[in-house]
Amino acid sequence: MIETVVEVALPVDEKLMIQKNRITPAGGQERKRRISIVTGTHGDELEGQYVCYEVQRIIREHPECLTGVVDIYPALNPLGIDSITRGIPQFDLDMNRIFPGSKEGVFTEYVAAEIVDDILGSDVCIDIHASNIYLREIPQVRISEETAERLVPLAMHLNVDFIWVHESATVLESTLAHSLNMMSVPTLVVEMGVGMRITKEYCRQLVTGIFHLMKELGIWNGEAEEVREPFISLNGEVDFVNADASGIFVPEVEIGTYLERGGHIGDILNPLTGEVENSLKASIAGTVFTVREYPIVYHGSLIARILGGTKQWKKK
Amino acid sequence: MEKEVMYTLKAPYRDALRIHGYHFGKGEKAACIIGALRGNEVQQLYVCSQLIKVLTELEKHGSISFGKEILVIPSVNHYSMNIGKRFWAVDNTDINRMFPGYDKGETTQRIAAGIFNQVSSYSFGIQFASFYMPGDFVPHVRMMETGYQNTSLANLFGLPYVVVRKPRPIDTTTLNYNWQLWETSAFSVYTNETDEIDENSARMAVSAVLRFLTRMGIIKYNSHSGYIANVIYEDELTTVHAGSAGIFRRKREPGEEVLRGDVLAEILDPYEGTLREAVTAPTDGIIFFAHRKPLITEKDVVCRIIRRLHQ
Ligand SMILES: [Zn+2]
Repeated sequence: MIETVVEVALPVDEKLMIQKNRITPAGGQERKRRISIVTGTHGDELEGQYVCYEVQRIIREHPECLTGVVDIYPALNPLGIDSITRGIPQFDLDMNRIFPGSKEGVFTEYVAAEIVDDILGSDVCIDIHASNIYLREIPQVRISEETAERLVPLAMHLNVDFIWVHESATVLESTLAHSLNMMSVPTLVVEMGVGMRITKEYCRQLVTGIFHLMKELGIWNGEAEEVREPFISLNGEVDFVNADASGIFVPEVEIGTYLERGGHIGDILNPLTGEVENSLKASIAGTVFTVREYPIVYHGSLIARILGGTKQWKKK
Repeated sequence: MEKEVMYTLKAPYRDALRIHGYHFGKGEKAACIIGALRGNEVQQLYVCSQLIKVLTELEKHGSISFGKEILVIPSVNHYSMNIGKRFWAVDNTDINRMFPGYDKGETTQRIAAGIFNQVSSYSFGIQFASFYMPGDFVPHVRMMETGYQNTSLANLFGLPYVVVRKPRPIDTTTLNYNWQLWETSAFSVYTNETDEIDENSARMAVSAVLRFLTRMGIIKYNSHSGYIANVIYEDELTTVHAGSAGIFRRKREPGEEVLRGDVLAEILDPYEGTLREAVTAPTDGIIFFAHRKPLITEKDVVCRIIRRLHQ
C-alpha cells in the first residue's frame, strides 16, 4: 500500500511528498518483523531505484513467501532526484547532514524528523547509496567502528564484496544511518556503482543479499541464493590515491582488479600539450574498490581506493 | 602593505586559482580577516576590499601598532564567484565545511589546509560569513560555543548583538570552529546581503572590525563607540514558521520591535492573490532574522525573534 510519510506545500501548486510502499504478508495479527529499504537521499544516486523495483518484483512473484513487513522508500529527496540535484535543491543542502531533524524545525529538518519517525520500529534498515558522479564503487557496506560489533554480522548477509569498517567522524553524526543506529534501528549503508547511472549487475547482487537477510530475519521463507563472503577491512588497510596534478584522468584498471605494489592505475593527461601530467601507481598491493569515473580532475581529486591484503579476495 | 600569493592551484584549462593575502604591519601575528569562502559572498569580498583600502592608508600614516601584524584574505573561492556558483564548481563541496583541511586529501580539503596552516597562528580570527537560508539579519557577531569562546571580546566589535551557537556535528568542519580549537579567538561577522553589495552594511562591518582592532591595540584609529552588545544564545531565539506556502510579503524588518500579535508577514495564494495566512508574532521582541525571497515553502522560517525580557 502506498503511504505518504510526510508532505509539505511548495510555493506554487505543488506538494513535496515522501512516499513509501508497505508490503505486508497475508494473515495473522501478531507482530511481524520489518525491513525498511531506503534510498535517494542524494538525488544523483540512482542505483537504489532498480533495487527497490527488483525487490518488489520478486515478492510479487512469490507473495506466499513473505512472512514479514517490507517498507520501500525509493525517494527520500524527491525534489533532488527529479531535478538531478544531489542535495535539497532550494538550499544546496546535503540531506544526509540534517538528521535526526526536528519536528519544530525548518521544513528540511521537519521532513527529516518525519522520515526517522516513520522508519523507527523497523528490525533493520538498508540505506542504499551510489557513490557520486565522480567515483565508481564496488558493492560494499560502510560501518563506523562503534557500531561494527552489531552491524557486521547483519552486513555479512548482503552479498557485497566487502565491508568497510571506518573510523567514526563527528560530521557523520548527522546522517540518517547514524541517527537510526543511535535510536536502535540497525541500519546498513550500502555504497555501490556510480552516480546518475544504474548498474544492473550490482543491483541484482544486492537484491540477492537483501533476500538472504530477510530470510535470516524471518521476513522471507522463499528461496535465498548463497551469498559471497565479503572481505572485511579495517581502516589501516585502505589506501587512498589522490591526483597530484590537474588534467584529464584516463584509467588503466577496472574496478575489482588486484594490483601489485607499483601497479598502474591510470594517467592524468594534458590534451593541450600532449603530455602525461601524472602517472598514478598503487602504493600498496591490493584490490581496487573505488575508481574515478569522471575524467576532469584537479590536484587532490580522489582517483582510487585500494584495499590492501586482499590476495584471498573472493570473487564469484 | 605586502601582497602575497598564499595558495595556488592549477586547473586543467582555467587560469590558476591564486589566493592572495595582504599583510599590514610586522611582528606578532595579531589578527587575520577572511572574506569570501563561497562564490556568492560578494558583499564579504567587498567589505574586505574596503578594509584593505583603509588599512593601507593607516599603515602609510604609521597607525598599525608596532610589533603587530594583520593579514587580510579577501577571497578564497573566486573560482566559483567568477562563474556564478556558490560552492567549489567541480564537485559542489563547500570550502567552509573542509576545515582544518587535509593536504593529502580532496581538492577542497587541500585548499582549506593550505589556508588554515597560514591563518591558525593568529591571535584573533575574523570571518565575514553568510547563512544558508535566504534572509536578512540584524548585524551581529557570531561565535561557536566550543568552551573557548569569549563573548566579552566579541562585544568589542560594537555591533548590536553577539550570538552564541551550540555547534552541531556539521559545524565542526567550519573555519570558525577550527580556529577556536587551535586557540585563535574566532568571530564571524554577519551583515545584510551576500550576493549583492549593500554599502551601509559594508561600512558598518568595516567600522566594526576597525573598532575591534583599535580596542585590542592592534591599530590606532578614531572610531565612534558603537553599541553595547546583547549576548544571545541561538537556541533562545523564537522561530516563527510559515503555516502555508505561496507568495511571501514581508511586513516587518530585522531590528524592528514587535508586539505579540503583530503581523510579521503575509502569505498569498500565488494564483488568486488572496491572503492565505497573516503570520503573527507569538511574543514581544525584536526581529533578529527575516526571510526575504518572494516565495515561501510551508514550514520555512519567516523570522526569528529575540524575546523581550519582562522585568
Ligand atoms: Zn549518497
